[in-house]
Amino acid sequence: MTRTLRAAGAGVAALLALSACSSSDESASSSSASSGAPGSSGSGRVSGTVTVFAAASLKESFTTLGETFEKAHPGTKVTFSFGGSDSLAASITGGAPADVFASASPKTMKIVTDAGDTSGTPVTFVRNQLEIATLPGNPDRIASLKDLTDTALKVVLCAEEVPCGAAARKALDASGLKLTPVSYEQDVKAALTKVELKEADAAVVYRTDVRAAGDKVEGVDFPESAGAVNAYPIARLEDAGNAAGADAFIDLVRSAEGRKVLTDAGFLTS
Amino acid sequence: MTAGDKAVLPRRRRRRAGAQVRGVPLPLLVPALIGLAFLIVPLLALLVRTPWSSLPELLTGAEVWQALRLSLLCATAATAVSLVIGVPLAWLLARVEFPGRGLVRALVTLPLVLPPVVGGVALLMALGRNGIVGKWLDDWFGLTLPFTTAGVVIAEAFVALPFLVISVEGTLRAADPRYEEAAATLGASRFTAFRRVTLPLIAPGIAAGAVLAWARALGEFGATITFAGNFPGRTQTMPLAVYLALQSDPEAATALSLVLLAVSVAVLAGLRDRWMTAG
Repeated sequence: MTRTLRAAGAGVAALLALSACSSSDESASSSSASSGAPGSSGSGRVSGTVTVFAAASLKESFTTLGETFEKAHPGTKVTFSFGGSDSLAASITGGAPADVFASASPKTMKIVTDAGDTSGTPVTFVRNQLEIATLPGNPDRIASLKDLTDTALKVVLCAEEVPCGAAARKALDASGLKLTPVSYEQDVKAALTKVELKEADAAVVYRTDVRAAGDKVEGVDFPESAGAVNAYPIARLEDAGNAAGADAFIDLVRSAEGRKVLTDAGFLTS
Repeated sequence: MTAGDKAVLPRRRRRRAGAQVRGVPLPLLVPALIGLAFLIVPLLALLVRTPWSSLPELLTGAEVWQALRLSLLCATAATAVSLVIGVPLAWLLARVEFPGRGLVRALVTLPLVLPPVVGGVALLMALGRNGIVGKWLDDWFGLTLPFTTAGVVIAEAFVALPFLVISVEGTLRAADPRYEEAAATLGASRFTAFRRVTLPLIAPGIAAGAVLAWARALGEFGATITFAGNFPGRTQTMPLAVYLALQSDPEAATALSLVLLAVSVAVLAGLRDRWMTAG
């Protein structure tokens, strides 16, 4: 019996050792974060890996900017995690190691700031507008948001929990339209994919997603989208292991060069 | 029985139990206990972090019961589909020699290692409105599967079927084929022998496989959300509801997870005594 207890004790000790390892890692990274913080935007001091959590809609433009960054700071590496802003926010507050968070709505950024996980105030760097994505050639001749309420059409929306869904809901409510989609997709790319695969006739997504999909979908502008523009905030995270790298990346995103890449992708940057 | 006997009996029993634990070598016991903790601690954490005070409020929403009902319905339907096509497939793999049998078996187990989301995409390519088979279903019968409850059943059956086939095939291989041969010498056709001899013989294996498939179907997420989408009451099963709740309301997600956990534990415990005892 005593031996069993001792064995159990050994097991617990092993677990404690494991957790001790991980917590010492954390303290190491946070101390490097605080030491790297002052004068962090100074070029030349940037090194190592910068981990960026970004909204799914930023995938194409941020991937391009990541390559630009790596070229400008040899030896660095930018790794991305793209996804629904809400699930990214949940991972960050849950302790996922990241240096920068760029979300698709102030609401999702607020989850992270409220948890005290950002350092400094998030800044809005782009805005994005909704657009209707239809099949190539627009065979159903969709011309307005109202056309989507036709019950013969299979329309997908983003779930209201994610920013693109919230924006779509806002636009629909503002124009008093009642739209029943066939599915509430978990993020904007999933909604777009359903149209690309021709499983859905239309989706309400961001203009940037329509542009990124090339000729696999066709975009239809609708005036109500002006009333539901999403602002994208970006911030360095409190637990950033590479604070200097994080600041340099945010600087790049907000620079003229970064703005050009984002405008080309369909974002509004003014 | 005297008073002395009564006193001796429990002590002897206790000593035997002690000897059993003491006989376990430490290099086995320690990792085993870590393994146990590894599996149980996350579940305990779920219980610890459950917002018990607001639980009734979180679970009285109509959407929760809608999602739970849909989950149970679809998992059961997917298990039924798996049984109808999976048992014959297992029999074929276990009892019929044909060229490429090893390859077929490998293909059957492929969905086990495939990420479910990839399975969902593959299903869209095959059975979607524009898929290689789905296109004909749509043209001829006006039948489209994505975004329907039937689509959920198909997605769940796709990931659950291999579990059933493997379990049943294993039982078939362990079962003595001489019973079937004896039935054949007595004039039974191969199908009659299967129905009257083999099936009763492997019933426990089929049941165990069905439970496994049901449990896998109940927890299915990736293939379902990819192939069938997410719409409350039609395709939003519990795992999808949990995932989306996690985006905006982690407390609700915890509460939903708890319900799913309780249902699975209740069902598995209920079936365990009947079918899944190790002995």
